[in-house]
Amino acid sequence: MPENLFKVNIEEYMLPGQRACQGCGLSLAYRYVLKALRENTIVTFPACCLTVLHGLYPTTSVAIPALNCTFASTAASASGLVAGLNALNRTDITVVAIAGDGGTFDMGIQALSGAAERGTDFIYVCYDNEGYMNTGTQRSSATPMGALTSTTPVLTKQQPKKDMLRIMEAHDLPYLSTTSSAYPIDLYDKFVKAKRIKGSRYMQIAVPCPPGWGYAPKDTVRIGRLAVETGIVILFEIEDGKFRFTGRSKTLAEKGNKLPVINYVERQGRFRKMSIEQLRQLQRWVDTRWNEYLKRAEG
Amino acid sequence: MAEVQIMTGNQAAALGAKLSHVQVVAAYPITPQTSVTEMLSQFIESGELKAEYIRVESEHSALAVCISASTVGARVFTSTSSQGLLYMHEQIHWAAGARLPIVMCCINRGVGAPWTIFNDQQDSIAQRDTGWIQIYCRDNQEIIDSIIQAYRIAESIYVPVMICYDGFVMSHTMMPVEIPDAEAVSDFLPPYKPHTILSPEAPMNINPVLFPWRRANSEGVLCDGYMEMRYKLQKSLDESRDVIISTSRQFAGAFGRDHGGMLWQYKADDAEIILVGMGSLASEATAAAGMLRAEGIRAGVVGIRVFRPFPKEDVRAAFRKTKAICVFEKAISYGYEGALCSEIKAAFYGTELRLPIHNYICGLGGRDVKARELAEAVQSSLDAIAAGDTEPMPKWLNCFTE
Repeated sequence: MPENLFKVNIEEYMLPGQRACQGCGLSLAYRYVLKALRENTIVTFPACCLTVLHGLYPTTSVAIPALNCTFASTAASASGLVAGLNALNRTDITVVAIAGDGGTFDMGIQALSGAAERGTDFIYVCYDNEGYMNTGTQRSSATPMGALTSTTPVLTKQQPKKDMLRIMEAHDLPYLSTTSSAYPIDLYDKFVKAKRIKGSRYMQIAVPCPPGWGYAPKDTVRIGRLAVETGIVILFEIEDGKFRFTGRSKTLAEKGNKLPVINYVERQGRFRKMSIEQLRQLQRWVDTRWNEYLKRAEG
Repeated sequence: MAEVQIMTGNQAAALGAKLSHVQVVAAYPITPQTSVTEMLSQFIESGELKAEYIRVESEHSALAVCISASTVGARVFTSTSSQGLLYMHEQIHWAAGARLPIVMCCINRGVGAPWTIFNDQQDSIAQRDTGWIQIYCRDNQEIIDSIIQAYRIAESIYVPVMICYDGFVMSHTMMPVEIPDAEAVSDFLPPYKPHTILSPEAPMNINPVLFPWRRANSEGVLCDGYMEMRYKLQKSLDESRDVIISTSRQFAGAFGRDHGGMLWQYKADDAEIILVGMGSLASEATAAAGMLRAEGIRAGVVGIRVFRPFPKEDVRAAFRKTKAICVFEKAISYGYEGALCSEIKAAFYGTELRLPIHNYICGLGGRDVKARELAEAVQSSLDAIAAGDTEPMPKWLNCFTE
């Protein structure tokens, strides 16, 4: 059972008036991220969907101090917050950097790798909606193979998704986890744990995006669940090098009843031009990763 | 008591930052700036300076760290050169737009392609329109003193300051420098007290998205739009002239050295022709003026110390009595002329000043510029002016243009 199922913080830090799209997976996840991190937190983020969510000057719907930064500098901005707060003897504040997959897998990877290598005492959150959704669904290195985007409008994306988790694991982090907006308590548990840990922590959240992925806003949770049930997204954590499945992925691993990826693919407009060969490749990609993680879970 | 030591420009810069009690340093090595970062890490690791040192993975991140650390209320410092400065470019705009009192040294170096590690001023001149104050130093004493002054200027008007000095010519050249007394510096430069600090005590969203028009807050009060904020930055730069001059005077009162507020003059009062430049080139011009005077030509020098804000009134006053000007520059605005030359001409617009202005592009990529060559250039300009050539194309000094 999730550790905090009956202990979720009742305070709300995302107040009415936030400007994300209808059915936004990020807004579902962010609410629980902030609940888990609580008041003594500063967030920093680049130009992304989260910038829009936080609102237009001079109003904001988020009751957590926030610093906007340039696109490539999210983790460096967090490093500066940590350094400044340390210099002023304020070590009680959790510094959190948040960026999308474009700001993490692509443009922000240099600053993120630098901050992680330095062991900067911060939490890095990547909300992964698998493309440049804020600018209108362009391809990123996190976009899955076979997806239509506005910059792969005819042929679909030809390459598989970059494995950012392995890249970040190679930094020997004290804590790394994957979460999904469709499983908020699993997400909440992990952020509560991450807040207690020192050093660089990497949290990747799978957040479905109705306009970018081509499904009805009411289906954000359903699509998020299908991503996990098909093994496209695997819920796990790696604490001091030790891998562990969590939540729904844990039961799937135990029961061996993962669904075929077609169940996930067929419900999204972005995969409507996917070829049978691409579908096979996606299934193979999912199965290979899944089996690797199953082996790791066995120790 | 202040002591005098022989030191390089980079040592002077590192000591200036140390005396200013910077709390966060973030930097990335690049020739010829590198030894500044090495000395600061030495100060910090040995405990001589109590500060956080972030060994970032790029210059872009160096300024990102400074921006965030300054936003939570720390006094910050960084330094760079050339490609590093260019790599920072969007952050340079960001720091000024965010109204943060960051002080950065730019150890001037040419920019690629092709590669050069040697000195010119193309790097910082290319940052002219970012909203930073730019101060060009002419000797190592001015570097250490200007950094201390820069924090006072920046923190009183919330505009970042770039202290520029020539790579190798100053960064690696030893000169006697009087080290300001630490206590006197602390009196002159009290701890930084920011008007806004990002902290959980008062949650706010800093540097968010703005729409073109002003927008009401939750109490219905109309707040600045993007354009009002930009206007305020420009207004602060306009007003910074008085702050720069008064800071320079107060520094002179406390430490006995006055490097000039916006500009400095050498034998310019009775000069029939004035050599103009910035940094070490202007310093070299004083030797050229001496040679010209020995030959019976009343030459003087105006060194532009502050390039932004551009000292329009000071420039008008400085050239009121002279008959001709030679502007020597280690940078060019490609497709036109040297930026300093354009600024001086623009300052004269609408006044009685109609004197001939000759522009010399020199010393690019570290090509040596000797006083004798500057003097010869002035001589050739005088000949051309006598022949009626009042505004020729910029000439490339010591450059094979055939």
